[in-house]
Amino acid sequence: MTVLKINAVGKTYGTLETVRDVNLSVNAGERVALLGHNGAGKTTLMRMILGLTPISAGMIRVLGNAPGSKASRSVIGYLPESVAFHAALTGREQLRHFARLKSVKPRAADDLLDRVGLSDAADRKIRTYSKGMRQRIGLAQALLGRPKLALLDEPTSGLDPISRHQFYDVVDELAQGGTAVLLSSHALTELEARTDRIAIMSKGRLVADSNLSDLRHAARLPISVNVTTHSKDADLVAAKLGGQRVNGRSVVLTCQQDDKVAMLGRIAGFGDLIKDIDVIPASLEVLYRHYSAAEQEGE
Amino acid sequence: MPVFTIARLELLIARRNMWVATAVIMMALFTVVLTLAGAAPTGTLGVDPLIVATTSVTTLSVYLIPLIGLLLSFDAIAGEAERGTLALNLVYPVSRGEILLGKFLAHLAVLGFAVAVGLGLMVGLTIWQSGATDMSLAPVLKLFVTSLALGAAFLGVGYLISALARQTGVASGIVIIVWLVCVVLYDLGLLGALVADGGGDFTKTVFPWLLVANPADAFRLINMPTEAVSLLASGVGPAGGVSGFAGQITSILLWPVIALFLAWQAFLRVEP
Repeated sequence: MTVLKINAVGKTYGTLETVRDVNLSVNAGERVALLGHNGAGKTTLMRMILGLTPISAGMIRVLGNAPGSKASRSVIGYLPESVAFHAALTGREQLRHFARLKSVKPRAADDLLDRVGLSDAADRKIRTYSKGMRQRIGLAQALLGRPKLALLDEPTSGLDPISRHQFYDVVDELAQGGTAVLLSSHALTELEARTDRIAIMSKGRLVADSNLSDLRHAARLPISVNVTTHSKDADLVAAKLGGQRVNGRSVVLTCQQDDKVAMLGRIAGFGDLIKDIDVIPASLEVLYRHYSAAEQEGE
Repeated sequence: MPVFTIARLELLIARRNMWVATAVIMMALFTVVLTLAGAAPTGTLGVDPLIVATTSVTTLSVYLIPLIGLLLSFDAIAGEAERGTLALNLVYPVSRGEILLGKFLAHLAVLGFAVAVGLGLMVGLTIWQSGATDMSLAPVLKLFVTSLALGAAFLGVGYLISALARQTGVASGIVIIVWLVCVVLYDLGLLGALVADGGGDFTKTVFPWLLVANPADAFRLINMPTEAVSLLASGVGPAGGVSGFAGQITSILLWPVIALFLAWQAFLRVEP
């Protein structure tokens, strides 16, 4: 079921076009990462989905409802970039307030405080919170009432590695419960294993929208194969395979996806000379650079 | 009801930020001083002591209530926009009108509480000083209700400024100017025009309506009980008679509605 549907959406401020002809849809239970440089249009796109910024062209629907309508707002959970709260309130007061606005029992707010690990600090004023703690309150309020669509803008900025891990556990649970998740982040490595689909924006345009292996395939970036040999055989292996020798007993080879199996067969032919093989596909970081650079060159 | 949810939170914030305490202390302090000082001439005038006290407190309220109203409201929209809490609030299923109304109810409650404490002290002190028990409380009730209306008008003006300015620093500067113009300069300007006109057409036809058009002046006219006392308190009082009580009450009840409507319209245009 399609929860979020974005159809040929554009945004212009005067003569400045910040988002151009974006098509994207997110289904129930799907986790989609939205990547892009600062100023690529990610936040503008999210704000248009929320109805905070009017759309200049195209159409957005959240479960068939127009952005900003009460029906659409009541099914969205949103965590803004650098989330802020009233400093004079305690975490519990703030979260219970949001629960009431979403017609959720205040009790649910207390459970969510537990879930994001803030129950101990719940009755302290938010002005005493660290950035990470404020981010957790932000995440908790986005989870109120089991939203059908979660929009998370830079959700892990300011979180330590352990908290990041816990954060993605919460996202996984949310998606398993049928929530469509659209999240933006700069921390590419953590997204690799934690999302179903990657959408890349560059200069206001969507330049990629696919799962990781399809993106790799389409980009035709070389795969690198790291072959570890016994030290005395490294030169021989390197010469025969045409790879590059590194640090004494490793040989690094590169090949295209289609040649991978053949290449592995040739390596296996060396038998006992080979100690280990690592196949390293293009990382998301490399892919991201590839797609956003391609767009910029095309300008 | 989202309106009451917003109002409830705003009341909590007003208590935390000491706005409730500040408003109550301001009203209580000034009312006590004026009630005690105002009691001095009672003997010679032979007027109901509570009427004297009400008159004194009215002249004070004309300045103080608009000020408290503006101070409570100038941060309401600009502050949230600046702190970054506005975007998140607007994502929840609550309309901007409901947010504004919720804030308004909370701020009006704070103001109403402060005025009630002040007037309560006034009545208590007057009874204690004069020993009288058969005083009419009607003027006090009238003062209370019109104080709320006057406060509501300036709360609305404060929200309007807050929505237009979008920065608290700018908004705070503008509300002080608006306060000065409405409660001080407006009357001075009218007086100047009166003197220049020397009892001509302006004095007879235009002036009374200009006077009553300012909610602070309408408030003053409504609560000045007799011509004698109002002469005592303010030279421009009797001239208001032309517009009549209906004009005064229309002005003070219409202003909150107009100001809140304009504030709502301005708030609708704010992009967080």
